[in-house]
Amino acid sequence: MTASPIAQRAWNLALGTMMVFFLLNILAVIAVVAINSLGRRWFGGWLPDGFTLGWYAAAWGEFQLSSVLMVTAQVAGAVVVLSLLVGVPAAYAMARLRFPGKRLALLAFLLPLLVPPITYGIPLATVLYQLGLGGTIWGVILANLVPAAPFVVLVMTPFVEQIDVKLEDAARVFGAGTMTIFRRILVPLLLPGMLSAGLLVLMRTLSMFELTFLTAGADSQTLVVALYYAVFAAGVRAPQSIDAMAVIYMATTLIWLLLALRFVDPTQMVGRVKAQRA
Amino acid sequence: MQNFGELRLDRISRHFHTHAALRELDLTIKAGEFISLLGPSGCGKSTALNCIAGLLSLTSGEIRLDGKRIDPLPPEQRGFGMVFQNYALFPHMSVRRNIAFGLEMRGIRRAEVNQRVEKALKLVRLDNLGDRLPGQLSGGQQQRVAIARAAVIEPPLVLMDEPLSNLDAKLRIEMRHEIRRLHNELGLTTIYVTHDQDEALSLSDRIVVMRDGVKRQEGTPEELYQRPATLDVALFMGFRNVLDVNARQDGVGRITAESGAVRLGALGQAPSGPAIAAFRPDDVLLAGEEGQPAHVGTVEYCGRDWLADLTLPDGRTVLMRSPHPLTKGDPIRFTVPPERVRVFAGEEALA
Amino acid sequence: MSGAVHNAASPPSAAPPRTARADDARAAGRDLRPLLVLPGLAVVVALFLYPFLYGLFLSFEPLEGGALANYIRFFSENRLYGTIGTTLWLSLPITVLNVGLALPVAYALRVPSTSQRIITTILVVPITLGTVLAAQGLLSYLSPQGWMNRALLDLGLIVEPIRLLHKPAAVVISLVITGFPFAFLMMLSYVTGIDPTLARAAATLGAPAHRQFFRIYLPLLAPGIAITFALCFVQAFAVFPSAVMLGAPAGPTRVISIAAYEAAFEDYDYSMASAIALIMGAVQLGVVAFVLGLRNLAYRGPVASGKG
Repeated sequence: MTASPIAQRAWNLALGTMMVFFLLNILAVIAVVAINSLGRRWFGGWLPDGFTLGWYAAAWGEFQLSSVLMVTAQVAGAVVVLSLLVGVPAAYAMARLRFPGKRLALLAFLLPLLVPPITYGIPLATVLYQLGLGGTIWGVILANLVPAAPFVVLVMTPFVEQIDVKLEDAARVFGAGTMTIFRRILVPLLLPGMLSAGLLVLMRTLSMFELTFLTAGADSQTLVVALYYAVFAAGVRAPQSIDAMAVIYMATTLIWLLLALRFVDPTQMVGRVKAQRA
Repeated sequence: MQNFGELRLDRISRHFHTHAALRELDLTIKAGEFISLLGPSGCGKSTALNCIAGLLSLTSGEIRLDGKRIDPLPPEQRGFGMVFQNYALFPHMSVRRNIAFGLEMRGIRRAEVNQRVEKALKLVRLDNLGDRLPGQLSGGQQQRVAIARAAVIEPPLVLMDEPLSNLDAKLRIEMRHEIRRLHNELGLTTIYVTHDQDEALSLSDRIVVMRDGVKRQEGTPEELYQRPATLDVALFMGFRNVLDVNARQDGVGRITAESGAVRLGALGQAPSGPAIAAFRPDDVLLAGEEGQPAHVGTVEYCGRDWLADLTLPDGRTVLMRSPHPLTKGDPIRFTVPPERVRVFAGEEALA
Repeated sequence: MSGAVHNAASPPSAAPPRTARADDARAAGRDLRPLLVLPGLAVVVALFLYPFLYGLFLSFEPLEGGALANYIRFFSENRLYGTIGTTLWLSLPITVLNVGLALPVAYALRVPSTSQRIITTILVVPITLGTVLAAQGLLSYLSPQGWMNRALLDLGLIVEPIRLLHKPAAVVISLVITGFPFAFLMMLSYVTGIDPTLARAAATLGAPAHRQFFRIYLPLLAPGIAITFALCFVQAFAVFPSAVMLGAPAGPTRVISIAAYEAAFEDYDYSMASAIALIMGAVQLGVVAFVLGLRNLAYRGPVASGKG
């Protein structure tokens, strides 16, 4: 009945080989983009004939990257700030209080994260265009708030839960009102959580294709959407300059990832909120 | 119970990276014994238990069961029962299924499994809770299930890792009796890990005191209680008064320990020179003119007696447990019976 | 890539009974703090629930024909209703594959180690970069002159470059590249959430490695597997950019989101687009409800240890 150690070892070897193969492919896919963006010409062969930084200059001009990056920064910044502003108080209420309709509220916060953006993005874009917000940067920001605000609520809830209720009681006994408690006790203690949540929202907004794609106009595209259009219209531009743009996109995203990994566990990236409490 | 003669640990060591959690432990456990591994956290007692269970591999040394080496075996082939600190009951299985698990793993016929599980449930007095999930039980009840689960496979050896530390004080004493009752009724051989000397003293046939991964002393509860071999064991056994003294051999088996105004007699052998004298607050007695002078400091009322700080003329403090009320500031005289004073010199005095 | 939070879907006993205390603390005076939830709720109601309802009504007001005309048209035109089958045929096997691979790998890596850290860190990269970038990279990687064909040629497995792009296989590969890491990270968080002493207890009771997995881990993981499966499926079913960029969006990879997009942004028929989006949502909901229904058959209590 006992599995033999040889079978065990073979199984682990198979899993290990598969993972190495998978990881190598992922790294290769990224490396191909990076190498091509630096390549002079690349016909067949493992590597291009020579290297140049020229495609970056070309991409910068061709795709008006300075304005695209500006829009991207504005959208991402606004979404982070707004989602924290509405999400953190809601997380507090969800973690601490009991009120009628709390279960419904929880469901309301879960649904936008469970339903894929392309599914709700189409009716949402329809409404935004009706309101005249479609195609504007505000439309893009509002659309991105839909997954971002509930995400903040769910990431922050355990952070609020782990703060001892007695701290608030103590502050209240010493005469602090609700606003003072929020400002002097909760916000400082929640800062690490808000940093994590903000970083996660930032990365998700930078890579959010569907919602931005459905609601953006020509001058309210973020980098990822501009990249999609560039690939879609391939043939017009040199593939190397598209890849240069892809590298710029990767850099803007991965810098934040690098920063975020200091604060959050990779499993949180998929939204898994680790129970903070013992 | 499965018959066996003895389990022998032969200089077993376990290192974590460069840290030696357990160093060259020698120990022989005879069938039917109840042995406690006692010591503060980090002393290596749990490491030793996990090594015996097979949950940790040895860095060096051997474990033999009746002469047969078992240390290369994985835990599932050793057949010992184990009770974990957090009980580790399978949360998705009923009490009955939890207890049956080990029997099922041994491929025992269903009818026999059922019969043995019912018997075990009765033994731990949970016969009416067999269909509950562990999450629906109190801490004490979960504890019983954990013991039943370990005992039902009739293992040669039951290993218990601080099984009472998650219970409140009252329940702890209750379960202590329960564990000893089951040990006796089932004829188990038990190795019990704890940091609580009361638990170890009341349960064990033999106690092994550990510290920093090393066995410091091994003996019956009486031996350890009365004649701790080293200062650290003494401290662990409630010798709360510790005085730096000068020791002098005063005839065969008699020691005089002096320090400033204090002069104590003790039994035993000690080289002349600096040493440490230790005794319990309970052994400090009120005396007449021949006693040591002191002043009463803070007095704490403990219900049936009083615990007082006595200040010596040189400013040092001695703790005294007194059956009579004492008044702060009063001058008194005290004595300590020589057979109750332990004098440690040299290596013994390292704490 | 859209991530999703599922902690509310985790076992009900996870919530600590703290709220009761908080209520008591505010026994004196009227508590207005629940109002704090309103701004967040307003975002969801105005930008998520309202558009959904709006889309629902809009879908019953077709450009021509009766109230149900959109739905009748959808289910009578092969190029429309066929997308459901196309999308399911793409997303279900991928989800089974991703979750099926993620489970054993996550289980093998359940003990914190250097390899666990390296693997999770590399796998989080494709999730962060998203589907568009993955598709963009695969366009070069899988092209006739790309590294994949070159490696196969050099290994002697093929004699001339094979076509990998613009067919379902390429979409499948892109869905594995972004979907497997997602499934893996979710499974890892479930696996590491299970108290390892349970398996050790099983070992001391005589259970060898494979039985520790099947008798202890698997039953405790069942709810997590169901949720991971549901979320991975929902994402694969909503595949859009990679189906357009890597697949054959007019043919074999014409998935349902392409049909919805075309209706909205090429035909400007928002009514029809809403109908398709709702049908897409309904199919997702159906599969998710089925999977989570299966989950209810499994144990759903705490997974830490016996303590309730």
